[in-house]
Amino acid sequence: MTDATLVKTPSQAREIWDQFRQHRGAMIGLGFLIFITLFVIVGPYLWDLDPTKSDIRNKNMRPFYIGMLFGEKWGWNHPLGSDNLGRDVLANLMYGGRISLAVGWTAMLLSLIIGTLVGVLAGYFKRLDGPLMRFTDLVLSLPLLPLLLVMMLLFRDALRAAFGPELGIFLLIVTGIGITSWMNTARIVRGDVLTIKEREYVLAARSIGAPSRRIITRHLLPNVLSPIMVSATLGLATAIITESALSFLGLGFPSDFPTWGKLLFDSVDRMESFPERVIWPGLAISLTVLAVNYIGDGLRDALDPRIRGR
Amino acid sequence: MLTYTIRRLLLAIPTLLFIALVIFLLLELSPGDPMAQMPMSIPPEVKERMREALGLDQPWWVRFYLWLYQFFVVEPQYWIDGLFGTDFAEGAQRIISFQSKSPVFDIIAERIPQTLWVVGMSYVVGVLIALPIGIASAYYQYSWFDQIGTFISMVGFSVPTFFTGVLLIVIFSVNLGWFPSIYDTTLVVDSWATLGQQIKQMAMPVFVLALYNAAQISRFMRASMLDNLGQDYVRTARAKGMHEKVVVLRHVLRNSMIPVVTVIALGVPQVFGGAIITEQVFKVNGLGQLLILAVQGNDIPMVMTLTFIFAVLIVLFNLIADVLYGLLDPRIRYD
Repeated sequence: MTDATLVKTPSQAREIWDQFRQHRGAMIGLGFLIFITLFVIVGPYLWDLDPTKSDIRNKNMRPFYIGMLFGEKWGWNHPLGSDNLGRDVLANLMYGGRISLAVGWTAMLLSLIIGTLVGVLAGYFKRLDGPLMRFTDLVLSLPLLPLLLVMMLLFRDALRAAFGPELGIFLLIVTGIGITSWMNTARIVRGDVLTIKEREYVLAARSIGAPSRRIITRHLLPNVLSPIMVSATLGLATAIITESALSFLGLGFPSDFPTWGKLLFDSVDRMESFPERVIWPGLAISLTVLAVNYIGDGLRDALDPRIRGR
Repeated sequence: MLTYTIRRLLLAIPTLLFIALVIFLLLELSPGDPMAQMPMSIPPEVKERMREALGLDQPWWVRFYLWLYQFFVVEPQYWIDGLFGTDFAEGAQRIISFQSKSPVFDIIAERIPQTLWVVGMSYVVGVLIALPIGIASAYYQYSWFDQIGTFISMVGFSVPTFFTGVLLIVIFSVNLGWFPSIYDTTLVVDSWATLGQQIKQMAMPVFVLALYNAAQISRFMRASMLDNLGQDYVRTARAKGMHEKVVVLRHVLRNSMIPVVTVIALGVPQVFGGAIITEQVFKVNGLGQLLILAVQGNDIPMVMTLTFIFAVLIVLFNLIADVLYGLLDPRIRYD
């Protein structure tokens, strides 16, 4: 056997990526997510206006396209216009996106950690299965949005006093979303762990005396990674929507910290005269969530070995 | 099946009690005091007496028990009295809202029609749109119709309802002026003109919620149809020369509806929750808006009762979904 006859098999990551690239929606979604992430992270360095600073002489400016088309008040100092206090809309969108995306990612990670932990414990340890899954069912039958609203109201002042206004509310929202959205992950992970732990390689590992901890971390977790990743994308999308819904109901961040939901909420009163202030943040939320959902769709196909390679 | 239903109903009781306890304890942590709104000039001992009158000096388990008693015994008694003119309640204490000082259930009864009209109608419309779209997308899989349908349903559940709502208001009521942006509850439908007005003001909220619901249900319908279209019995039905219409609309559709019906049943309580936001956007004074007002106003009995009603709905429809699944699919046997 010479080297020439060896067929190089691509690595698994490579195969998944190749399959993922086939999904056009997912690629566009990934592109948009990268774009919006750069927009909120790098953007403020390029467009270094303070989003909370009010430029009262230039208040209520229209975005450049409306200004050019209809000859209303506009200027390149505020390309997307300014609000009723003269705060720059573009800078607000960037900073708001920072907070919205940060909340989304952290809340998603938290719910993923809780969900995976509960799922693995319930699937692997028979004694914990009953109680943990009953508990999951109970949480699923709680009315989550009303409870989240109540939680926001109850703990807001306490956390604000303990961690300061910004970090306190951030922690509150992230924990609130995290502990109300882990149930689906837990159910999926439990189901997968239940089937995987009966496989021969797990039996082999156990027979050479591997402790439960190592079986879980070395053999079970890598194999449930793909459903976890798919539910991660769903979790990111719901976390972003929930955060903006809370802000929209006036129970999110305080008014001087912009988030996309908050910007939308603040602009609703004046949307008759300035519809663009509603549309930009709304578009940012919607497109981000749409992109994430498409990525999830592509990931589901790419991670499914039955579809991959066909 | 009957024993299963009874067992589930019995199991629902501890579940609901537990949920009530969780909600109650969460509210118990509330730093908000219903006396906080009272004028400063009231002397402390009078304030203390007012607290006693509201029952706030009792330990929490006493108040929890009293709330349960009022919710499950007193309120149904008043309800029966109202229906048949009897006098079971004998003037017992009802659950009173802190904000309006009137019975919580009277306020809820005023609000329910708006929510049911808007939310219920949107769910019906959503289902009616979703089913044909799901069937057609599955049958013509990967056709342009399927591609567009998939895209629209993706957009439908990615775009939050508060943005679709606001967008529709900007387009249809601000720019075009076709529909009113605020839902007028005082409108009494007694003529064709007012009926038209009612339809006009319902159009946008119903459309927003219907799009959101249709997006999810049509995905399920499509997946379920696809599962069944590849089955052997479909080939058999075609092989024995049945019309394509009969094969798809009778054989495949019936089998595909089984999981979809349970999804529809499971979605009903979620719709009430999601309606909180839509009601806020269109200023519909339904249950969702009532909840928001109660949360903002620290109205603990109102929040407690409303949240618990939402929980009852969830538990009830979970049960309905499971029972329906067993009834529709003879392969499922719970006993």
